[in-house]
Amino acid sequence: MKKHTVAVIVNDQPGVLQRVSGLFGRRGFNIESITVGASEEVGLSRMVIVSTGDDHTLEQIIKQLYKLIDVIKVIDLSANAMVSRELALIKVNAEPSARPEVLGVVDTFRASVVDIATNTLMVQVVGDTEKIDAMIELLKPYGIREVSRTGVTALNRGNVSKL
Amino acid sequence: MTTTNVTTKSREELIEKFSKPEVISGSEILLRSLLLEGVDCVFGYPGGAVLYIYDAMHGNPDFNHLLTRHEQGAIHAADGYARASGKVGVCIATSGPGATNLVTGIATAYMDSVPMVVITGNVISTLIGTDAFQEADITGITMPITKHSYLVRDVEDLPRVIHEAFHIANSGRKGPVLIDIPKDVSAAKTLFKPVNEVSIRGYNPTVSPNKLQVDKMIKAIKEAKRPIILAGGGVVYSGAHEQLLEFVLKTEIPITTTLLGLGGFPSGNDLWLGMPGMHGTYTANTSIQKADLLINIGARFDDRVTGKLSGFAPLAKIVHIDIDPAEIGKNVHADIPIVGDVKTVLEVANQTATRANLADEWRQEVLASKKQHPFQYKDSDTELKPQWVVELIHETTNGDAIVTTDVGQHQMWAAQYYKFNKPRSWVTSGGLGTMGFGFPSAIGAQMANPDRLVVSINGDGGMQMCAQELAICAINNIPVKVVILNNQVLGMVRQWQELIHENRFSHIDLAGSPDFVKLAEAYGVKGFRATNKEESRKVWEEAMNHPGPAVVEFVVRRDENVYPMVAQGSTIDQMIMGDAE
Repeated sequence: MKKHTVAVIVNDQPGVLQRVSGLFGRRGFNIESITVGASEEVGLSRMVIVSTGDDHTLEQIIKQLYKLIDVIKVIDLSANAMVSRELALIKVNAEPSARPEVLGVVDTFRASVVDIATNTLMVQVVGDTEKIDAMIELLKPYGIREVSRTGVTALNRGNVSKL
Repeated sequence: MTTTNVTTKSREELIEKFSKPEVISGSEILLRSLLLEGVDCVFGYPGGAVLYIYDAMHGNPDFNHLLTRHEQGAIHAADGYARASGKVGVCIATSGPGATNLVTGIATAYMDSVPMVVITGNVISTLIGTDAFQEADITGITMPITKHSYLVRDVEDLPRVIHEAFHIANSGRKGPVLIDIPKDVSAAKTLFKPVNEVSIRGYNPTVSPNKLQVDKMIKAIKEAKRPIILAGGGVVYSGAHEQLLEFVLKTEIPITTTLLGLGGFPSGNDLWLGMPGMHGTYTANTSIQKADLLINIGARFDDRVTGKLSGFAPLAKIVHIDIDPAEIGKNVHADIPIVGDVKTVLEVANQTATRANLADEWRQEVLASKKQHPFQYKDSDTELKPQWVVELIHETTNGDAIVTTDVGQHQMWAAQYYKFNKPRSWVTSGGLGTMGFGFPSAIGAQMANPDRLVVSINGDGGMQMCAQELAICAINNIPVKVVILNNQVLGMVRQWQELIHENRFSHIDLAGSPDFVKLAEAYGVKGFRATNKEESRKVWEEAMNHPGPAVVEFVVRRDENVYPMVAQGSTIDQMIMGDAE
């Protein structure tokens, strides 16, 4: 089972997310993460979907996506060098005594503190999924109150423009 | 038929008529747009959310609408119309329950790639999402079973949306498209200008094949010792029957056609091996298993055709021709994939295709097998056999009728014993296996072909799922000949319970069915019954000679099974041959 990252350029129509996610659900394709936002062109959105499956599944995912009328382009990002990033906000317990240790973790990960309260810190971390997983793992001993992750967004490296 | 009092105008005449820019309602725009798309008959059922649309129909001399008695009848009729004509079938229903009653029919059309435009009304825009009276999120409900769908929020979009919907429905891999129109949009007025162009970014079905791939196929044919063609519904849908015949005559490769491919190739041709799969011929199934080259032309390797996938055509190099790239490699790996419209692909292939010269021995073997293993059943002089009835219908119609069926044993017997020679003469629910489809689809097929004989073969189970549409036949004098092969049980379920569940017959007895002759007469349709061969010949002839619609009930043997049969999980050469062999 491999992890695949695909970008799906879609018409910015009501219901388009439902069409895409519904397709994954109906055909038994896994969605590990899905993000949607504006693309470089007005009227088009870019979805980035991380899925797991063998190569046959990936081929079917791409072909089935192309059958949707609102899908303009599907790009298998993981077939080439790509930059993938996820943002997480982590609210972690940080009594004054524990704070220096927590800040040490934050520094090491080049994350930043975006809110401080009497007993907690909110940490913002950007990176690939593994980095965020690692950070959460390291903060766990201090007591994590809440985590919010955006899911992966990604682009291929280099000069190639895909649309 | 007396039903069409609408004179079909040409598109030019209509454009002329509608060319004067006019402020009209969304409903009026809908009707004009449908006429401009060449729609000559719409099936539907009114209700609150489509009141403006029905009001626009009132007294409209151009527009032909057939009021069914249930939305399911309307959509299956639109489906039958599309399958029998190649045109887009259209049906209209109101919001909420009207729309949800269409779901089975939409799914049926989606599974079998039938071009349809389904128009539903919805509650007024401001009420959408409030659980308003008769509100249902029909675009959401039908998303997995439509090729595309629209919820029209602005009357200005209506002409474009309708034009796009027809284009999408009837191009590429065909399918149903839903247009949901809120009541206020059908009431709103705007200046109407017909839309003549359609351009949908990202939607460009590949029609012409990659020539190199076609060359590979031609080379594979030259090298093949045991080639076989598997042709499906794609042949019929793309109108490729002549090109397919030419291809077979040039290559002399034996051919088998799937359930939906029946009629796509003349059954009288020597090289035709019948239908493959669960209830296919011995020769079609064993030949696929022995083949070293299998050329799939517009079929999708459905599990009813392949049986156990891992053991399907184990020796064959696979060529797969399909307009839908997602079908290629979905179930069966293709060694030579060819994406394109079947007709165009065959036109290209026919330029260089030559006889499969290494396959002489194979041809002899296959043809000998075909002679040795025809479909057969033990006839009886005391009980009426359903197979015999289908043979009777075939003989007396010279194989020229349009035959529609419901789903079950009678469907398989019709597929086995009615020999089709022309495309679009066979209307049956394949992929979804929809009971209740057979009879209303015949109404649509007859509307599309007023001059042809339409015979609808049904079981006593499925007939009771849409029997109310007899009213439509009666009042519009639609002369469909409705056959009921009455065995008093859900026959196919009974067969599986006998063979797979050790004779534990659970809830299959249809006792309590109406007297079908009286049922027909209650609707004002001529009813006939036959219980033996002599009666059968007599009443069938009477029914055929009757100018209007007729219901003919044949009381057939209860325990008859469809053979051969491939049990689920078996490879297709593991056939239960039944009592005839």
